[in-house]
Parts: sequence; C-alpha cells; structure tokens
Amino acid sequence: MDWQGQKLAEQLMQILLLAFAAIAFVTGYVLASFQLMVLIYAGGVVFTTLVTIPNWPFFNRHPLKWLDPIEAENHPKPEPSENVTSKKKPVKK
Amino acid sequence: MHSFLYRANALLTFAITILGVVCAIASFTDNFNNPTPHAQVKVLNINWFQKQPNGNDEVSLTLNISADLQSLFTWNTKQVFVFLAAEYETPKNAVNQISLWDGIIPSKEHAKFWTHTSNKYRFIDQGSNLRGKEFNMTMHWHIMPKTGKMIADKIVIPGYKLPAEYR
Repeated sequence: MDWQGQKLAEQLMQILLLAFAAIAFVTGYVLASFQLMVLIYAGGVVFTTLVTIPNWPFFNRHPLKWLDPIEAENHPKPEPSENVTSKKKPVKK
Repeated sequence: MHSFLYRANALLTFAITILGVVCAIASFTDNFNNPTPHAQVKVLNINWFQKQPNGNDEVSLTLNISADLQSLFTWNTKQVFVFLAAEYETPKNAVNQISLWDGIIPSKEHAKFWTHTSNKYRFIDQGSNLRGKEFNMTMHWHIMPKTGKMIADKIVIPGYKLPAEYR
C-alpha cells in the first residue's frame, strides 16, 4: 500500500463508519428497534473491514518512483579542491 | 496505516468509539419521552389483622392492582421493574415503606395489566401503629434501559385506611 493508498484507506474507514452509524441510528430510532440499529452498524463495520483492511489494488495506484541505483564507479569520490567557493561540506560516502 | 494489523487496530478502535457515542445518544433520546402512566389499586378485603406475639402489627390484604405503563417503554427500554408499597408515618419513623407486591414487565405488550392477589410480601409494622392508620399506596417503577441511565418514578395513591380493631 503506497502513501496515497494509506491516506485513502484511513479516510474511507472514518467516513464509512460514521455514515453507517448515522444510518443505523436514524433507522433504529424511527422504527423503534434497538436491535435493528446494532445489526445495521455491525454490518457496516464488516463492510468497512472488507473495504479498507485488505491491500486492494486501488490502494496502489501511486507507487513511489525511486531513482536508479547509482554506480559508484561512474561517480568517483570528489577530490577536495584548493579554492573552496561553496560552504557545503563534502558528501560522505 | 501501512500494515494489515495497523489498519485492523485503527478500525476496531474507531468502530467501538462510535458505538459508545451512539449508545450515549440513544440513552439521551429517553429524555424526549413524556410518559403518562396510570395505576389503580383497590383493597378488596382485609383478610386478617392481628398483633404478633412480639408486639408488631400485621395485616393481610386482598388487592386488585391495575396499571397501564405502556407509555414508559421506548426503543431503549429493556424491561420495567414495578413494585407497590404501602407508605405511612409513625411516631418512630417518619417514612415507613412496605413492599406489598412487585413484578417485572418484559415488554410493552405486557405493560397494561391487572392482577387480583393477596399481598405478596408481609405487611408488618415496626410496632403497633396500624389500627386506624391512614396510608398511601405508591406504585414505584424502575425503567431498565438497554444502554444508559436507569429512570425511576412513582405514582402516589392516597386515601387508604386500616380498620380500627383487629380481626
């Protein structure tokens, strides 16, 4: 699961659970059935689990693009120069 | 959110937190219910009325209890416990409360009832003060909710009097 996928999974989880809780409460209150409320919410939790917990392909649409490995011999260690113009420290290898 | 177990843990925690909030709101909706219960108690007969050897008065009554408690039930009500108490004042005790009958009402369908019974629990005074005593019949109930706080209330029915002599 990539970074965007993780964000999407967390938001989906929160929105789905809150939506199911709201639907369950209104339904239970209107039909005067506490049991129905609990059943709808339990179903919502199961549905949300199936949507957000497995590593579905749509959570992997933004893979990280890493640079190619740098060949050490193509980039030899820079020689310390006499006239230092930049204040940057030489990169440690 | 990077691993299976991390996501499962986050979902479970959030789901149970929401469930707690929903239960609290469900308990709060009980405040919108304005019940209009009715209760009526008739003393049909004084079966016997005597002084125990230890000096305490005891009386046995035959009662007709009818009540309509259907309006107490809401969607968040598990059951209602109801009991009938005789309440009176004596020089020794400012409040005497003697439970004569009780019952558990499991559902709204059973909340409109009447029963013809002698007192289920013994009506014994602490002392010898019952001759000619005026007392109240009080119907108390405790509404036991599925979630949230328990609600207790009562109906006081005044105007009962015991006979002046033992029989």
